[in-house]
Amino acid sequence: MKCQYCDKPATFHITELTEPDGPKVLHLCEHHARNVLQKGEPTPVSSVAGALAKQLQLGQTKEELRKLDQKECPVCGITFFEFRNSGRLGCPLDYDHFEADLKPLLINIHDSLEHTGKRPTRAAATADSQVDLIRLRKEMEVAVEREEYERASELRDQINAIQGEPKRRGNAT
Amino acid sequence: MKEATDLSVLAKNSGEWLRGTGPESDIVISSRIRLARNLAGFPFIRKCSPDDREKIQRQVRSRLENLPEWDEIPYVDITTLSEVDRQFLVERQLISREIADSEGSRAVAIDPSEQYSVMINEEDHLRIQVMHSGLDLISAWEQIDRIDDAIEGEVLYAFHSKFGYLTACPTNVGTGLRVSVMLHLPGLVITQQIEKVFRSMQRINVTVRGLYGEGSQYTGDFYQVSNQVTLGHTEKELLEMVGHEVVPRIIDYERKAREFLIEKGQQDLHDDVSRALGILSTARKISSEETMHYLSKVRMGVNLGLIDDVQLATINKLFIHTQPAHLQKLHGRVLTTSDRNVERASYLQRHLCGPADRADELN
Repeated sequence: MKCQYCDKPATFHITELTEPDGPKVLHLCEHHARNVLQKGEPTPVSSVAGALAKQLQLGQTKEELRKLDQKECPVCGITFFEFRNSGRLGCPLDYDHFEADLKPLLINIHDSLEHTGKRPTRAAATADSQVDLIRLRKEMEVAVEREEYERASELRDQINAIQGEPKRRGNAT
Repeated sequence: MKEATDLSVLAKNSGEWLRGTGPESDIVISSRIRLARNLAGFPFIRKCSPDDREKIQRQVRSRLENLPEWDEIPYVDITTLSEVDRQFLVERQLISREIADSEGSRAVAIDPSEQYSVMINEEDHLRIQVMHSGLDLISAWEQIDRIDDAIEGEVLYAFHSKFGYLTACPTNVGTGLRVSVMLHLPGLVITQQIEKVFRSMQRINVTVRGLYGEGSQYTGDFYQVSNQVTLGHTEKELLEMVGHEVVPRIIDYERKAREFLIEKGQQDLHDDVSRALGILSTARKISSEETMHYLSKVRMGVNLGLIDDVQLATINKLFIHTQPAHLQKLHGRVLTTSDRNVERASYLQRHLCGPADRADELN
């Protein structure tokens, strides 16, 4: 990841908690980080999204970017443009749907594409079942709104069947 | 879990993480670990309908209630809280500013000792946090790992075989782990050696974050060091990077800076910290920033043995208890900035004046 002010590598990642509009994340080189942290210079308004967007734009033509921005997740409906602007994804499926597009960002941020840490001991839901769950919930909301309670209860049963019963465990702390 | 609506009891006490003990507690205030988790089958928060948020909150709450040790854990519905109460929980570091200021169904479950809390519907569906006093990452990790396992036994997490725990922001994906160590570095600030620290960390991907102040001003002397990377390393590797590689090096620099200050002119240093204590003990009105500035000097003075009648735990608590929302909670009513400055000075006097400090009054 490059510094937001120059082309040097961003080795400092500063989260300002005090901005009136909420937390702001800065990605800066040593020089610019020192300016912000030590001299108390005004904090530039930026975000993860901005930094990510900058990285993306460096590697793509305008036309390619325009097409990419229109790409939309079939489950949550988020567009890549919306993601680039907010820095937040819309649903778990986005990691699959935008996988190829997210890879450069993930490499940039983490220098890795492979999780090597802890895994849930419960069998994780498959991508398909996660998509099904989101869709079923949406359908259930509509059924309730239309007062189709029989349909809603069928949908609820389907949701419960996918989710399964929680595993009983020992102590929390 | 019990519904908690009155936070006054919390205001009078202080979390265990402020007790000023634990390894390296003269420099390390606290060790915090948080895990970001999302439930499978729901959109991330950005795309959640109000109904989704409500369902997530209800589901998490009911599932947490299945856990035997969670009976007595206070559960706070953030939507019902006043502005001051929300700010109070932010100052207490029990919730983030993001969840305090957001809209819609959201809540937090808080362990009475304040060692851990679970935010529901923050940027991710779940944000689990554990905070310990001093440099204590291993036991903080063991505790949060147990909590995570227990919750995971009750709910289905959004997990990807390749990308790990899926999070709303790609900066958290993988482990969802953020290790944060809060450091008090007045020696490096005074000697302007903080640049050396920056240089030493140049090739290590860590985040440096300032402790919040009342306004939008960066509050000097406190630095929070966290891992930036969350994907591609195990949790233990990330803990080691922050806890064994980065933080000890900074601690070493800070100790050397303090030694230098003492050698260079103990009288000057002693004068400086004594004046700071004098102002805090006698001022009739004082701002939050000024308080933080002088408390920082006094804290260093206590650690260097230049002030011997004030306890570290007292200073740690005063940093938090003199914040705006805390003052208002302790006073029992909403105060203007000007009234807060008067109340803050009075509060400081009550706890710093006299032959011995009055740490007991804070408990």
